Amino acid sequence: MNIIEAKKVLFEYIRRDEEGNVEGITTAVDNVDLQIKQGDFVAILGHNGSGKSTLAKHFNAILYPGEGTVWVDGMDTQTEENILPIRKEAGMVFQNPDNQIIGQIVEEDVGFGPENLGVETAQIWERVEESLKAVGMYEFRKKSPNKLSGGQKQRVSIAGVLAMHPKCIVLDEPTAMLDPNGRKEVIRAVRALNDVEGITVILITHYMEEVIHADRVFVMDKGRIEIEGTPREVFSQVEKLKALRLSVPEVTLLAYELKKAGLQLPDGILSAQELVEELKKLR
Amino acid sequence: MIRDITIGQYYQTDSPLHKMDPRVKLVGTMLYIVSLFLFSKAAPYMLAVLFLAAVIKVSKVPFGFMVRGLKTIVYLLLITAGFNLFLTQGEVIVKFWIFTITKEGLKNAIFIAVRLVLLIIGSSLMTLTTTPNQLTDGMEKLLHPLQKLKVPVHEISMMMSIALRFIPILLEETDKIMKAQMARGADFESGNLFKKIKAMVPLLVPLFISAFRRANDLAMAMEARCYHGGEGRTKMKPLQYQKRDRIAYLVLVLYLIAIVALGKLLPF
Repeated sequence: MNIIEAKKVLFEYIRRDEEGNVEGITTAVDNVDLQIKQGDFVAILGHNGSGKSTLAKHFNAILYPGEGTVWVDGMDTQTEENILPIRKEAGMVFQNPDNQIIGQIVEEDVGFGPENLGVETAQIWERVEESLKAVGMYEFRKKSPNKLSGGQKQRVSIAGVLAMHPKCIVLDEPTAMLDPNGRKEVIRAVRALNDVEGITVILITHYMEEVIHADRVFVMDKGRIEIEGTPREVFSQVEKLKALRLSVPEVTLLAYELKKAGLQLPDGILSAQELVEELKKLR
Repeated sequence: MIRDITIGQYYQTDSPLHKMDPRVKLVGTMLYIVSLFLFSKAAPYMLAVLFLAAVIKVSKVPFGFMVRGLKTIVYLLLITAGFNLFLTQGEVIVKFWIFTITKEGLKNAIFIAVRLVLLIIGSSLMTLTTTPNQLTDGMEKLLHPLQKLKVPVHEISMMMSIALRFIPILLEETDKIMKAQMARGADFESGNLFKKIKAMVPLLVPLFISAFRRANDLAMAMEARCYHGGEGRTKMKPLQYQKRDRIAYLVLVLYLIAIVALGKLLPF
């Protein structure tokens, strides 16, 4: 069962001058086909301006395709009455932690989504509690979001989406503004959601280390999907990734260079552990 | 200076007044302010002072905290009292150079000073014991009947609570921009008033741009979480009157009756 399906999606940003004449057209998403299975952990990679965030906004009915169609859980995003159900099914977490927290207390922010859905008061409290526990932020529930670190704020944002009981969470570069520790916290929370709760995760990022555990990886460039496959398949194409101005994880790069130097190593090594095992075999 | 303003600040402690329904406090503050303007006699003011003192006692907010709030209005207080003191016509008590103090002027000045002080303390007591969020919630509920007249009550209260949430963020941002500009040689401190105002322009432009960007992001984040106005929305913390709120209303009514009785019956 595909939770998200995109067919021949095209999206253009049209720049206009002061009189409203078209100055230029940037094609942000160009003829993208993609299917995402329920329960998968999917990563979309790409450097700045590759169209990955624009594509992500299609999955939440924030943007509509200029041409083509996007279905979320079988619902067409272009149909007006589908918008609220789609946004309930596919929650979205954005980049800047400060600009997406609405409540003045952590628990109030997490309750914002369920309030909009018209959930009963007693149930809102239940959902807030379980969501905050799922991301490990329960003891901060009475705090002001302004007093939290970046990683903690992003976990609150994730809890806010989780409280709406979505089938799928789209995270649009959730770690771009965080320090390494914050990034680890957030990725750990996201992986737990996927493993434990079985929620489909779509992670948009340009940090290679974060996609190693994904089930599938899409690499975007100039609005097109250039590479698609498991992390191992994707990271074995080191030269192609470099051409797309993306770096590979350090371990993968090391293994790649060792192989180029003549060692008998397989392609697409993803972890230090794996590299050590392979090197041991060579002795 | 900004730090001294206690209106709009919240003092966290556990008291019956803190637990009270924000609607009671809103209505109470409003009625209290009205009661201050009903009479210009000494006896009702005595009662108003006593009532406020009792409420402050119940609120457990330190008295020093409220007095600090008065610091910012000292000049306003002196000017209004001064005008009343010197410009009221009547029976002359003292006369020196161009100033004359009349008996009526003295009375007016004292009354207006007391009135202002009580008004400021009374309203800051409300904000000290109520979180901004409770306040907007209370206001939304109180003004709900206006929805029938097509007044966007829910939207207004949502706007207020978002504004309150972003005050610390924007303050921090101002500080950052200021430091960034200072690092490049901007001067915010020297020069006369006009120069200082002019120096604010390079501060305000980036601040506004970033505020608009934030607003755009926030609107998107709200939409992504299914926000679609007040229709069909439930409340996580719905307001419900408790026994203590009914008692508070009763006390309020008794106070009003007492002050009207004092004002009407006593000659001073």
